[in-house]
Amino acid sequence: MSDVPAATPQDETDAAGRLVAADGTPLKRSLARALRRQKLRALLLIAPLLLFILLTFIAPIADMLFRSVENDIVSRTLPETVETLGEWDYSSGELPDDAAYLALYRDLSVATEYKTHTRLGSRLNYETSGISSLFRKTGRGVEDMGELYQDQFEDLDAAWKEPETWARMMASEEWLAAEDRAATPLELRDGIAGALPNTARAYEQFAEFTQNEDGDDPAEEDPWAYVYAMLWLDLTGPVQMDAYQGPDAALLEAAAEAAPGFESQTWRAGFADIDNDWEDVEVWGTIKAYSGEFTSGYFLNSVDLQLTPEGIEKQDENQRIYLKLFWRTIVMSLAITFSCILLGYPVAWLLANLPMRVSNVLMILVLLPFWTSLLVRTSAWKVLLQQQGVINDILVWIGLISDANRLVMINNVTGTIIAMTHILLPFMILPMYSVMQTIPPSYLRAAKSLGATNWVAFWRVYFPQSVPGIGAGSILVFILAIGYYITPELVGGTKGVFISNRIAYHISTSLNWGLAAALGTILLAAVLLLYWAYDKIVGIDNVKLG
Amino acid sequence: MLDQSADGAFVEFERVQKSYDGETLVVKDLNLSMPRGEFLTMLGPSGSGKTTCLMMLAGFETATHGDIRLAGKPINNIPPHKRGIGMVFQNYALFPHMTVAENLSFPLEVRGMSASEREGKIKRALDMVQMGAFGGRRPAQLSGGQQQRVALARALVFEPELVLMDEPLGALDKQLREHMQFEITRLAHELGITTVYVTHDQTEALTMSDRVAVFDDGRIQQLAPPDELYEAPQNSFVAQFIGENNTLEGVVAELKDGIAMVKLDGSDAVIEAKAVNVDKVGDRTRVSIRPERVETNPDRLQDNAHTLQAEVLEFIYMGDIYRTRLKVAGNENFVVKTRNAPDVARMTPGQTVQIGWLPEDCRALDA
Repeated sequence: MSDVPAATPQDETDAAGRLVAADGTPLKRSLARALRRQKLRALLLIAPLLLFILLTFIAPIADMLFRSVENDIVSRTLPETVETLGEWDYSSGELPDDAAYLALYRDLSVATEYKTHTRLGSRLNYETSGISSLFRKTGRGVEDMGELYQDQFEDLDAAWKEPETWARMMASEEWLAAEDRAATPLELRDGIAGALPNTARAYEQFAEFTQNEDGDDPAEEDPWAYVYAMLWLDLTGPVQMDAYQGPDAALLEAAAEAAPGFESQTWRAGFADIDNDWEDVEVWGTIKAYSGEFTSGYFLNSVDLQLTPEGIEKQDENQRIYLKLFWRTIVMSLAITFSCILLGYPVAWLLANLPMRVSNVLMILVLLPFWTSLLVRTSAWKVLLQQQGVINDILVWIGLISDANRLVMINNVTGTIIAMTHILLPFMILPMYSVMQTIPPSYLRAAKSLGATNWVAFWRVYFPQSVPGIGAGSILVFILAIGYYITPELVGGTKGVFISNRIAYHISTSLNWGLAAALGTILLAAVLLLYWAYDKIVGIDNVKLG
Repeated sequence: MLDQSADGAFVEFERVQKSYDGETLVVKDLNLSMPRGEFLTMLGPSGSGKTTCLMMLAGFETATHGDIRLAGKPINNIPPHKRGIGMVFQNYALFPHMTVAENLSFPLEVRGMSASEREGKIKRALDMVQMGAFGGRRPAQLSGGQQQRVALARALVFEPELVLMDEPLGALDKQLREHMQFEITRLAHELGITTVYVTHDQTEALTMSDRVAVFDDGRIQQLAPPDELYEAPQNSFVAQFIGENNTLEGVVAELKDGIAMVKLDGSDAVIEAKAVNVDKVGDRTRVSIRPERVETNPDRLQDNAHTLQAEVLEFIYMGDIYRTRLKVAGNENFVVKTRNAPDVARMTPGQTVQIGWLPEDCRALDA
């Protein structure tokens, strides 16, 4: 008797008609749970790599993107000036009022102590040349503006010379009694901020700097001239001496009486004394234009525009280089890619079609450049191509050119294209070769048996099948070329350098990292754009590395 | 026909030799002539030179020596694309980047045919292989059998007079292969094309061909219609290679009137065999008998039939036939095939039986 198979059990479903597992949970959830463990394990396995890529690749790119728009140096260094300038209108053509100069005096007094004013100067100098030296000069002169008042206070009463006088007047009893005043944050005396708001603020800034930067006790250090200037400002303003109940009230009262009679100058005049550029509305315009937390300035610079107080304008004729460089980079990269295709295709074909023994030798020759330093290879091209070089010597020797008309083949576009084609050629040959290797010779035979000549068989049958290799090689070579830096630097002269050389210059020489980042971002966007265009035209599925 | 040479041959190989390395001959002295419309199969083990012959005919290899003639004209120096020979490749070689219709259009385009003319021919060729609905597909979207049909249609679409096929059915499963064998022969005969077919599958060769050329060691061992090849092999290689065969080795003891008396090794028995490939008394010989020509029922043997004692070693039931392995004259691989019929007894291992055959079924071949 043969076995009768048991009746197939009906698939179980829940009320909603979904399939359920044996324990009654919906089948989908059951499956997801079963797969979750696997996915988690897979994730753990790649976690080190993922972390590595995030830290070393994604994070720097994100940082670069951020740097290309970041601009908080102005608002950080000149917080009060930026705030005061909020109401000022550059297009009125008038200088901002004295309050803005006062704010600048306060900001710069502190910034000078921290030495951040030079950095700000360099930053703004990218936009308007001359600002860097203006800020450096002002940094040296801003002390004098306060000393005018310091001297008069000290002449009035020698007690003003004593750091203790200031400490007693400004700080609370608890702070004065504190054991380690160099480390305990300063606490203001009750009421002092109401009586002498500017002075109290300045003293606080002084105390913070003394403690944090020098690690000293503010009560034992001479206050900055800036503090004296603020005291004069407070005492000549609407004084509310009643609010002050602390020690040395008499000293303060005497000062308050004398202060209006002090020799004084407007803040604007003080700055004009240091450098009359401060009476130039352009300088103020620049500060205002770049006062935002973020700026499009770097990007505008990257495309030969600039953000001026009037709005976006073209760069001066002699400073427009970036668009030209971008264009040159793309055109030359295309030329390099094209010459790589031209030279690489036959070699890849030979590699794929010669007998194994011969093609292995050829493959070693193709890979040989990889075993030599990039610098050596590039330098070799210098030796070959220069005017007193090997190629010119041979051409002169065989009489093809005269000694006076030696060809200029290096330190220009030709040199860059020749050297970079040579260096990038393996990146074209290898993907082409691996694709060609998968094309069976029977296709060509079939085409010929169907009546196609060698050329038609190649062009209609072989070539279309090798296109994915050309595509892969071209993308590889083009993207490498567009960001290449060492070779153009060495053999490019001035006419054959790429945008990447400019980026390198801004990174290492001019230290304008924001502009370097913006240029880099544009380059990245250009590559992505071309990649997208390639996908649309040829199709990215058509790229094969083997 | 007008363009045929005097002796009526359409394809001719005359004393053709081929060597790849200058040291060994892959094809040794090949002589072959085919009339128009014939379906000829080159059959042989791998490395026997059959594919090389095909490639020389197609023009992908050049003959080291000798002439190959097509319709009387030597074609040794004509490049492949001018020979006008249709070819079906082992792995079809359909162009993957073209649709089926474009694949078929290719040979017509390179011949400069107009679009309208091409369309008609492509449609007819596709209909011929029942692939009319698949013109817009790409080869990768077709099954193996469908690709095979397209490859066939492509080889035929430009109406060549000669079609070469290089193991075209090797990649198909058994059922499809049998079906395609039938299709190909039907088409070849309907269209009247001359076909050279290369295979290492003897069933394919026997069922499809008008004549079969058995290749071994760079030579044609026998060129004959399938029945002759099977029933009257000219040498022991052909006897062994085609179908199943029993071989008994021995020495020629007597030779007269085309009949050889052979004294078998390993026993005293002397059997009578048709002298096919033995020259003189004392020659060593291999006697070949087909398994189905061995009679196990003594009642059915004719009076002059020769009989031998045999011991049954193994009995296999195969449905339509019984396959019995016997020990005969010291040979333990003597196979007998008997019909599964009510009057045929099943043998049991260990049993001793009397077997016999007609002298004309028993051929004394070279050793």
